[in-house]
Amino acid sequence: MEKLLELDNLHVSFQTYGGEVKAVRGVSLSLDKGESLAIVGESGSGKSVTSKAVMRLLPNRIGSIKEGAIRFHGKDLAKASEREMEKIRGAEISMIFQDPMTSLNPTMTIGKQIMEGLRKHQNMSKSEAKERSINLLKLVGIPNPELRVDEYPHQFSGGMRQRVVIAIALACNPKVLIADEPTTALDVTIQAQILDLMRDLQEKTGTAIILITHDLGVVANLAQRVAVMYGGKIVETGTVDEIFYKPKHPYTWGLLASMPKLNADTKELLAIPGTPPDLMNPPQGCPFAARCPYAMEVCIDHMPEASHVSSSHQAACWLLDERAPKVEPPEAAVVGGAR
Amino acid sequence: MAVVEREKLLEVKNLKKYFPAGKKGVLQAVDDVSFDIYKGETLGLVGESGCGKSTTGRTIIRLYDATDGEVVYEGEDVHGRKSRAELKKFNRKMQMIFQDPYASLNPRMTVKDIIAEGIDIHGLAKTKKDRDNRVYELLETVGLNREHANRYPHEFSGGQRQRIGIARALAVDPDFIIADEPISALDVSIQAQVVNLMMELQKERGLTYLFIAHDLSMVKHISDRVGVMYLGNIVELTTSDELYEEPLHPYTQALLSAIPVPDPELERSRERIILEGDVPSPINPPSGCRFRTRCPHAMDVCAAVKPKWQEAREGHWVACHLYDEEAVKQNN
Repeated sequence: MEKLLELDNLHVSFQTYGGEVKAVRGVSLSLDKGESLAIVGESGSGKSVTSKAVMRLLPNRIGSIKEGAIRFHGKDLAKASEREMEKIRGAEISMIFQDPMTSLNPTMTIGKQIMEGLRKHQNMSKSEAKERSINLLKLVGIPNPELRVDEYPHQFSGGMRQRVVIAIALACNPKVLIADEPTTALDVTIQAQILDLMRDLQEKTGTAIILITHDLGVVANLAQRVAVMYGGKIVETGTVDEIFYKPKHPYTWGLLASMPKLNADTKELLAIPGTPPDLMNPPQGCPFAARCPYAMEVCIDHMPEASHVSSSHQAACWLLDERAPKVEPPEAAVVGGAR
Repeated sequence: MAVVEREKLLEVKNLKKYFPAGKKGVLQAVDDVSFDIYKGETLGLVGESGCGKSTTGRTIIRLYDATDGEVVYEGEDVHGRKSRAELKKFNRKMQMIFQDPYASLNPRMTVKDIIAEGIDIHGLAKTKKDRDNRVYELLETVGLNREHANRYPHEFSGGQRQRIGIARALAVDPDFIIADEPISALDVSIQAQVVNLMMELQKERGLTYLFIAHDLSMVKHISDRVGVMYLGNIVELTTSDELYEEPLHPYTQALLSAIPVPDPELERSRERIILEGDVPSPINPPSGCRFRTRCPHAMDVCAAVKPKWQEAREGHWVACHLYDEEAVKQNN
């Protein structure tokens, strides 16, 4: 399949009073046409920063891409000018943010906000754009779209606002949709509605999705491929089945084991001890070494290369080295019992 | 869980909490809620935002005055006219852990003073040394160490701050702790740390918890019994195993089926009940059963009559006409 988007050794840093925070430290990823890729990690792992770098939405002067390339349609977005990016944002790559309460403009009607992109990127007339807006609202499941198109965000509930945000993002038929924690601010029953909608829309429109989340349940529901991030690096990538059923990295094990299972009896949760590394002074070796129960001497000083487990599955861990001792994942990390 | 006659620590009887909303409106945040909490158990309270679970918790500990109803703690009503001294007595027995570890610790106080505030108010330490020692002990109990005592909250991570919040709650040696979404602001791997700590402390000290959360899988893990709230009402209450294995109320069923499970194969094959629409406003809630506007099984009787809070099976309470033979008959 054709590679739609490719990140190559991406480094992103922030300048703060305390010094340089190396938020993303060499991320390489690729996204195929029409697929859904989830980037999972905890706060500070660099998952949101990676996506903001792709959109070139890093805060001016403070955040910058230090190294690496973002290839999209033969163009390197890391070096694109602001003018070039304006043509891409919303048209080719669009984004849904976590909080639907703050990502909409409270002083503009819903219709105007959807039309903005259509008028700018597709040179539609006002009436055409309005018609398309109504169709989009219908597509994302908003009842009475002809009336609601003229309403303001405060007249919508949280779930409905997120539907509007999705309608805006999809307005110009983008090739890539980046969804940064799209359901985190929503209640479970509303989350189920939105996930359902996103899956449905992806089938209809063929848009590739990059889903950024910390919720492994949402990942299992929506993603085909998963990248697990920790300390600014990708520690494991694979298909959703590989990550859940045959995880190789101890951090992935820890994530899976620290979640209580609804369908099974967990006596004690296997917590990951300690806290994530300080990216002002990132560790030289594996970022997870300080919290890893299997850490060896080599882990402290040397970052492991990504080893191929299968053609689609890679993990960066010294345990996969042939000289390392054989370690089995903890029982609590086994998903779905005997498989 | 064996049904043994156990001692009630807290009885909530027909508790109501209304807030004024606008000129004439009344927001019925908690409307006629009754349940008991037994000594040494963890009662989970789940529901979506706006269902009144936090208000219930806050009214129990009297951060809010109840509009109506009673909260009986060890035979004594918490509400009603109380002198300062009487209230102080309750405050020592009941403590609260809050959701946001960033907002619930005073940034201008050292960790030592934050934890010792309760000790000072209740005069639990005689000398300065005694006070310090208590603080050090508490810090170690929650997995921090004594060097942390003189630092300020901003020097700690979210998980560590939540530990400080727990140490503060433990400082007055309470019997009952209300934990209002204590882990929702934390990362997954840190959530497990805090939950494990809370469960250990419960075992060591015989604490009773009211654990309020929206994350059903975590609530199932920590709770002995779970109550499900919807729009100010409790709709179902039973042991956590039974609730997850045999949910009776249509809302509980939908809520459980809506949770995405971290198991891709299961996710692909699972039939989901997807509720339509949003939760109605608590200012003007639907008549009869409040869930009827979104309920896939709604009958005529649901709009007319408010369902009774009844024990459908032993220890399994539900408020739904589907389990009320008379109501079903009336409907037909």
